[in-house]
Amino acid sequence: MKLILVGTSYQRAPVELRELLAYDPGLRREALGRLGANGAEAAVLSTCNRTEVYGVSPEPAELEERIYGELADLSGLSHSELAPALYSVSDEAAAVHLFRVAAGLDSMVPGEAQILGQVREAYEAARETQTTGTTLHRLFRQALRVGKRVRTETAIGENPASVSSAAAELAERVFEDLAGRRILLLGAGKTADLTAANLIFRGVGKIVVANRSPERAEALARRFGGRAVGLDQVELELAEVDVVVASTSSQGFVLSAAQVERAMKERRGRPIFFIDIAVPRDVDPAVIELEGCYLYDIDDLERVVAESVAGRREEAVRAEAIVSEEADAFRAWQLSLDVVPAISSLRARAESIRREELERAEGRLASLSPSQRRAVEALTSQIVAKLLHQPTVRMKEAAAGAEGVLYADAVRHLFGLGDDAGQARKPRQ
Amino acid sequence: MTETALLLFWPALAGYAEAAVAYAGDTVRPGRLVRYAIWGVRLGWLAQTALLVAQAASADGFPWGSWAGSLNLFVWMCVGVYLIWGCRAPFRLLGLVVMPLAAFLLVLAWAAGGAGEPARSEFGDVFLAAHVCLILAAFAGFTLAAALSALYLWQDQRLKRRTPGVLRLRPPALETLDQLTGRTIAFSLPALTVGAGIGLARLEADGASFDPIMGLTVLTWIVYAAFLVLRWEAGWRGRRTAYLALAGFLLVVLVRLVLTPFVHF
Repeated sequence: MKLILVGTSYQRAPVELRELLAYDPGLRREALGRLGANGAEAAVLSTCNRTEVYGVSPEPAELEERIYGELADLSGLSHSELAPALYSVSDEAAAVHLFRVAAGLDSMVPGEAQILGQVREAYEAARETQTTGTTLHRLFRQALRVGKRVRTETAIGENPASVSSAAAELAERVFEDLAGRRILLLGAGKTADLTAANLIFRGVGKIVVANRSPERAEALARRFGGRAVGLDQVELELAEVDVVVASTSSQGFVLSAAQVERAMKERRGRPIFFIDIAVPRDVDPAVIELEGCYLYDIDDLERVVAESVAGRREEAVRAEAIVSEEADAFRAWQLSLDVVPAISSLRARAESIRREELERAEGRLASLSPSQRRAVEALTSQIVAKLLHQPTVRMKEAAAGAEGVLYADAVRHLFGLGDDAGQARKPRQ
Repeated sequence: MTETALLLFWPALAGYAEAAVAYAGDTVRPGRLVRYAIWGVRLGWLAQTALLVAQAASADGFPWGSWAGSLNLFVWMCVGVYLIWGCRAPFRLLGLVVMPLAAFLLVLAWAAGGAGEPARSEFGDVFLAAHVCLILAAFAGFTLAAALSALYLWQDQRLKRRTPGVLRLRPPALETLDQLTGRTIAFSLPALTVGAGIGLARLEADGASFDPIMGLTVLTWIVYAAFLVLRWEAGWRGRRTAYLALAGFLLVVLVRLVLTPFVHF
């Protein structure tokens, strides 16, 4: 049985191609049904950044061909058009790839958390269509474990990777909990929109929108369930709000330090956080000198994001070590599969000898009471188990190296076990 | 007793020192060493608790009447208060201030003989024991408030300067630090008031004179009372109250470390 992976990602394919290769849940179910038809194992991971098909089959070339065919049918492109965008790896390389994906190491932003849920979704879909077997079951469960380990043992996913989330995180460094806080949106730019959405996601309670165009202010306020005010009322609002997101297209400052200073007197020491993402800037930089005022402009936020992403990259080194450790464990498990048939045959042979000998001695054991009979059963079983324990352990240990199959062959030869229905393999190089 | 004391003093000191080093290391590599730091605090505090119990068991009267003995008790209270919520994720960075201080003061207490055989105490009555315990508890609270204020000022500075790595460490939010400082002082000031009141009553009964420690203690009380009044009535928050809490702590240091060793009860 060989594990193979055929797929594409944002590193190989532009968004136009990735769109063609995206599976919705229904299409994925159908594809899994077809791929698993010949007893092969299959799972499909489909996100906006990647489409990957994992399969396990004794006929890997045939399965790979079928996966290519599936992807060609899905995209409506020919094999030759599709081939340059696809990658294909097998066994350990495929496992390492999935572990890196689950850890967020193969994502556009290292450590992004969404991918782990998508890997889980791919696994669940394959389980529902019953296309997971021993290998894919183990592979995906281990991948999910890798993802969890990386997120708990490293700080890769801790810091924000976008301006809007950095702004929201910074606000949380001032207020701890944003639930129930008030926010003033100055202007209605796209980044302000995103930042407001991020703050609302974190629980911001009330939104006030101030814009030069009252219609746009009303529209945005309606969208966020807030209220609109004129720009002339901003100073009044400053006494009440906790976070100000400024993004007007004004050529001068919309908020002067004097205005903020007056508002701060009304606030009785309550802090206020300004996010100025307008260019040219809306908030007078002198505001930062005022007690209880915190001001971040677009450059500051981008510097914070750059530092944060750099931090994620540093953590990625530690995450790679976890992936490598888990890949070793998966490899050892895969190799141990080589000796499993020999171990099963050996145990079956020993058990059949035990039974035969007990049957042969039936006449001499007939006089035993039921409890004595059970004691003989237990004794003989124990002898067999103890005799086979050491060879089993040794074979499993040997399987982690190159000589596992040699041991298995030796056991088959010494105990006359046959070749396990053709499962005997050549030693790994 | 001396052998038992030594047997318990060193693990306590080792725990606190290890926690201080681990907290410092955690700022370089967040998340790695913090577990060791927390265990250092816990084990150190348990060892010091055992030390205090051993001292109490072998003492004739109140065992921490001497300056060094009371310093030992003071360290135990500080770490105890820190343990209540200091080990929770957002407050871990407080350990950077509290644990080195605890280790240093414990060494000082030991060097001055406060961590060994308790000296024969002149604190015979329960009121004097209550006086010492209440004042020490209040001072422990003020120490923690000072640590919170220091953390506030540090984080405030980072946010004001817009340091690119400002999100790397995760101290508590400014508002939380500010509120906790206020609450800690609000709980500690009544303890100081009652403790100092008992001390003054005893002073009057004994006909003793008003000493510099008492003068400074009253001044400390005035600073912290001003802190609360300005906070509640004038709406003082943030940096101003943090500086005030640190000024109060300076007086606590003067009372505890500079003047007390020269005053005999």
